[in-house]
Amino acid sequence: MEKLSQIQGSIVSIPMNDIDTDQIIPARFLKVTDKEGLGKAAFCDWRYLEDGETPNPEFILNKPAYAGATVLVAGDNFGCGSSREHAPWALMGAGFKAVISTDFADIFRNNALKNGLLPVIVDRDTQQQLFSLADEDPNTTVSVDVEAQTLTLPDGREVGFPLDGFSKYCLLNGVDQLGYLLALDAEVTRFEANNRQRVVTTA
Amino acid sequence: MTSNGKARTLFEKVWNAHTVREQSADTPAVLYIDLHLVHEVTSPQAFSMLRERGLAVRRPQQTIGTMDHSTPTTPRNALGVIPVADALAAKQLAVFSENCDDFGIPMYALGDEHQGIVHVIGPEKGLTQPGMTIVCGDSHTSTHGAFGALAFGIGTSEVGHVLATQTLLQNKPKTMAVNVEGSLGAGVTAKDIILAIIARIGIGGGTGFVFEYRGEAIRRLSMEGRMTVCNMSIEGGARAGMIAPDDTTFEYISGREHAPSGADWDAAVDAWRLLPSDDGADFDQEITIRADELSPMITYGTNPGMGMPITASVPAPADEADYNKKIALEKALAYMDLAPRQKLLGKAIDVVFIGSCTNSRITDLRQAAEFVKGRKVADNVRMLVVPGSQQVKRQAESEGLHEVFKAAGAEWREAGCSMCIAMNGDQLQPGQYAVSTSNRNFEGRQGKGGRSFLASPLTAAASAIAGVVADPRAMTASSL
Repeated sequence: MEKLSQIQGSIVSIPMNDIDTDQIIPARFLKVTDKEGLGKAAFCDWRYLEDGETPNPEFILNKPAYAGATVLVAGDNFGCGSSREHAPWALMGAGFKAVISTDFADIFRNNALKNGLLPVIVDRDTQQQLFSLADEDPNTTVSVDVEAQTLTLPDGREVGFPLDGFSKYCLLNGVDQLGYLLALDAEVTRFEANNRQRVVTTA
Repeated sequence: MTSNGKARTLFEKVWNAHTVREQSADTPAVLYIDLHLVHEVTSPQAFSMLRERGLAVRRPQQTIGTMDHSTPTTPRNALGVIPVADALAAKQLAVFSENCDDFGIPMYALGDEHQGIVHVIGPEKGLTQPGMTIVCGDSHTSTHGAFGALAFGIGTSEVGHVLATQTLLQNKPKTMAVNVEGSLGAGVTAKDIILAIIARIGIGGGTGFVFEYRGEAIRRLSMEGRMTVCNMSIEGGARAGMIAPDDTTFEYISGREHAPSGADWDAAVDAWRLLPSDDGADFDQEITIRADELSPMITYGTNPGMGMPITASVPAPADEADYNKKIALEKALAYMDLAPRQKLLGKAIDVVFIGSCTNSRITDLRQAAEFVKGRKVADNVRMLVVPGSQQVKRQAESEGLHEVFKAAGAEWREAGCSMCIAMNGDQLQPGQYAVSTSNRNFEGRQGKGGRSFLASPLTAAASAIAGVVADPRAMTASSL
């Protein structure tokens, strides 16, 4: 994972609640065995016309003015549904570095953080303000400071957002969580010695 | 109660018993995982990561694989093989097979006598037991909570963590008691309970929580019914849903392949009897619904929270005060091509799907078969019946259920996720309406442009016969 401390980028909004992972990346694209090429399929059924290839000119991500956006502003409960980590992979593949919403589904948020896609939780007023700003001016940019846990709006207003200390450490240092778990080998071995193994699948 | 007198919930007992390292200000808790279920879709990148880092699977003997998501459910050929026509799916299955071989993980391949949907085979093989921690790269892992296990879905990075270390970093969730009091009326089932709960709390209502389903109506459910309820916890936003183990649980597990036996069984049951939440244990939140007030439920919209009693009318955006909800409802009705205040009863349908990790177990098939017996699926309806596992399939066939379905004009398929996820050849065509026993009615979930009404196996069976959305209670009363 690459280090992530600052994000500065223009925003694009999909002001809908409950955007589920089947919309972010439909299941028919989950037959891959790697993480490549998913960006093209992000929001596939909204982004392309019936033929699945021709960009739908009405869909916001296809509008040239928003082409370079790296921060997605979305309605409440973003990422609900399936546990597919293909969702953050697809969003990152489509160029996003952060998603701003009032709240995120648990599994999506976990998956996003493990890949360096930053879920930024804001209050409803800020969310609505960002919807308006994105609508009015496609060049609206925001900046995010991971260390300070702040989102800075175009008017200079700073909004704090929650981020657990461990995820923050991993983002800032570009390390994944597996290293931490591997280092606990002795503790896990002790736990295993003290606790009966419940089932043996190989038996 | 514990020696220090603090009353604890079922969740807390299981959580505490699996904490390798406590949560601190700087780090989440490290939780030990008893059983890891893997399938072909969410594991390949995790195995690749192990290879890149030169890591082994720490506990292959606590891991089991099955093929389910991208597998076709079409009939076997003359050689007894289920052919995989989709080259990408075939490759994914081959990669999965190789990964399980290389890392020493037992795996049930497509067509194997033990193969099936991951959340069906865990319980049926006796691998799912009370008090365990169980994870899988699939959000419906919450199913296993029906046994009093703490079971939840994880992403592929976490699949890698569990493969390599048998542990996960987890922040402790909050708990919500979901009381279902009273008893269910005729024609009302476990599926209706959970659809009613989600309609009440909304699809984000359980975010950050583990549910514990309690109350008389839950106690009276079969294990299959309890699995249906826990399965859809995630549709309410909760990663896990649990039910305290009791005699119904023990009876289900007893004698299964991986169940303890002899003295081990007695010891296990003694330990399991200590798991239910103590009297007076605190939950962070509590809700209560009355089972006797429930009707068969059906969804009308594009998420599982958009559900209503089957006799009700579709809500009108104009009646919705909250702006965001109004917009969401408008969009959902446009996708579903439904009018505000329209009744769904009598609405013509194209497909009925009975299957998925929510409703593909033997009791689900028995319920549907009982309804279908001696009747014909309506001419306008394609009905698929997809058993959750090869074992369920054999059981159903030994009871003659397949003949009942086939005689009615339904398709009797091989085991798998099938039309629930539409990545295996089974899918709706654009614009089609389906009454489906699966768990998600998101746009395109069952096929691009397809429209899903989620309901119970009883409602699905009644609708297949009627050719329209139908109330199983009305049909039972008039024609059985």
